[in-house]
Amino acid sequence: MQKVGFKGRFFPYVLIAPQILITLVFFYWPASQAVWQSFLIQDAFGTRVEFVWFENYETLFSDPLYFNALVVTVVFSTTVAALSLGFALLLAVMADRQIRGARAYKTFLIWPYAVAPAVAGVLWLFMFQPSLGIVAQQLKRMGVDWNYLLDGRQAMTLVILASAWKQISYNFLFFLAGLQSIPRSVIEAAAIDGAGPGRRFWTIVFPLLSPTAFFLLVVNIVYVFFDTFGIIDAVTLGGPAKATETLVYKVYSDGRLGGDLGGSAAQSVILMAIVITLTAVQFKYVERKVHY
Amino acid sequence: MAEVTLKDVRKDYAGNQVIHGVSCAIADGEFAVIVGPSGCGKSTLLRMVAGLEEISGGEITIGDRVVNDLEPKDRDVAMVFQNYALYPHMSVYDNMAYGLRIRGMTKAEIDVRVQKAAATLELGPFLDRQPRQLSGGQRQRVAMGRAIVREPKAFLFDEPLSNLDAKLRVQMRVEIKKLQRALDVTSIYVTHDQVEAMTMADRLIVMNKGVAEHIGTPIDVYAEPATLFVAGFIGSPAMNFLETRVGSDGALELDGARLTPKTRLDPGRAVTVGIRPEHLAPGGGLDIQVELVELLGADTLVYGRLSDGNSLVIRLPGTQVPKSGDRMPVHANAGAWHLFDTETGKRLGTA
Repeated sequence: MQKVGFKGRFFPYVLIAPQILITLVFFYWPASQAVWQSFLIQDAFGTRVEFVWFENYETLFSDPLYFNALVVTVVFSTTVAALSLGFALLLAVMADRQIRGARAYKTFLIWPYAVAPAVAGVLWLFMFQPSLGIVAQQLKRMGVDWNYLLDGRQAMTLVILASAWKQISYNFLFFLAGLQSIPRSVIEAAAIDGAGPGRRFWTIVFPLLSPTAFFLLVVNIVYVFFDTFGIIDAVTLGGPAKATETLVYKVYSDGRLGGDLGGSAAQSVILMAIVITLTAVQFKYVERKVHY
Repeated sequence: MAEVTLKDVRKDYAGNQVIHGVSCAIADGEFAVIVGPSGCGKSTLLRMVAGLEEISGGEITIGDRVVNDLEPKDRDVAMVFQNYALYPHMSVYDNMAYGLRIRGMTKAEIDVRVQKAAATLELGPFLDRQPRQLSGGQRQRVAMGRAIVREPKAFLFDEPLSNLDAKLRVQMRVEIKKLQRALDVTSIYVTHDQVEAMTMADRLIVMNKGVAEHIGTPIDVYAEPATLFVAGFIGSPAMNFLETRVGSDGALELDGARLTPKTRLDPGRAVTVGIRPEHLAPGGGLDIQVELVELLGADTLVYGRLSDGNSLVIRLPGTQVPKSGDRMPVHANAGAWHLFDTETGKRLGTA
């Protein structure tokens, strides 16, 4: 990297000012507000505010519903990340082969990314709506007792599928670009060295793809923690019986619907801490095994 | 070790034929060099032997097996690529051991082979390094090492030296040749560099537009090129060509010189006469006007023009310097003139 010199100390700060400003206004300010809020208890009508130190956090950790949300989030996020990364990789490997109409396939595969989460949720809702959905009707004809409005497992399956589907196209795009940047001759060399297609993939292609996979892992974790809110809200509203209530959805339902601003703020602080920790851990440990 | 045989090998891409039936038997332990300009199909031919390109027609055998339908891994050949194609995420050691591990060798066996190859190629100190920490020449050696540890039936080289600088290229050229002699493994080497081709080959395959125009020893190709293309491609500076017609007495009339073909040619036939710059000497028949002189130290190149407008390059030993604008008579000995049919490009003999 070339070092660039500036005359005067003022100018470089001007150049990074917009970025700093955006981060300050849209991250540090609300984040600090949340931290402050999490130390307060407010009555339902907003007339009285009391500073209570860590009482909100104490209540949270003794609340079995909060642990339920934690478990739901772990199950939900690992499954969605695994599914969307796995399928995206599979599709990318297929699309990377020289096939007729490859360009059309690629375009079609990218489309779901252009669909807003809430719209995607509604789409899946229509297909799986117990009494009207076309897929639901097929399922019933096949003897499956499909009603995700009553069955927590089915509800979970549905939001997982919808969330994974939505993210596959994004992952696919990056995997495909990663695959195409691997020199063909390296793979050919492995073929001549005696490696069959499976071994070529796991010993050559996959390690060389690991920077992409790592990047996507981080992005996907953030996605399932936050951006799946729209899908859950549209499809299940966190139900039935809180079976699909993830941490981020609980923040919303407790704060906006339940009116417990302090508790909700405490939850979002914890959520933020979890995501920051996860990302830091990923960078520290997973990145070491990554080959750039 | 094995013989590699090509029998009327053809390749077409969607009906567009790029290799028009090449036949050639490469003997056990022989070093064959495929040479030609870019786009002549030489790399495609090599990749067909390796199994990286499908064979559209004909037959390729390695040893006593027809390999047309075999996967690359089952052909037991090793290949050195132009960009080396090292596995970027593996150490030098692992790069070389990769193929052996796949073949299920024991750790001890692998270690013996890798250490031996590393010693031969002077790669000992670099075994733990990653390819990106190596220089171009060292990468080239690792690519060689990866090929030799396998002890394959044949080595395939796809322009392995073209990414190196000129000095290193000469050095590696000698090393590859020595190594091949020592290991005595059948090798096919693709290059566009005619000096590499001439110096390394036991046998040259000169290709042009998907056709093997001349297959023979380097000296044979130099002394008796089979076609006009081969004559112009092999040799530096390139052979001079003068177009003429056979006279009524069977002789060839050039600008001030008369040539008598060794074989009888029909009067009126269009003939291209070729003469190598190094076979022209001062004195005698042809009179040229000197246009440019290049001093190379060991010898001198004189660029001149005949009175009929054709240009001629002459290579003179030492530093004899005619001035530009001078007139200079030149001649060549009988037998040094190559004759080609102007229309077909086929060799017609000497004069």
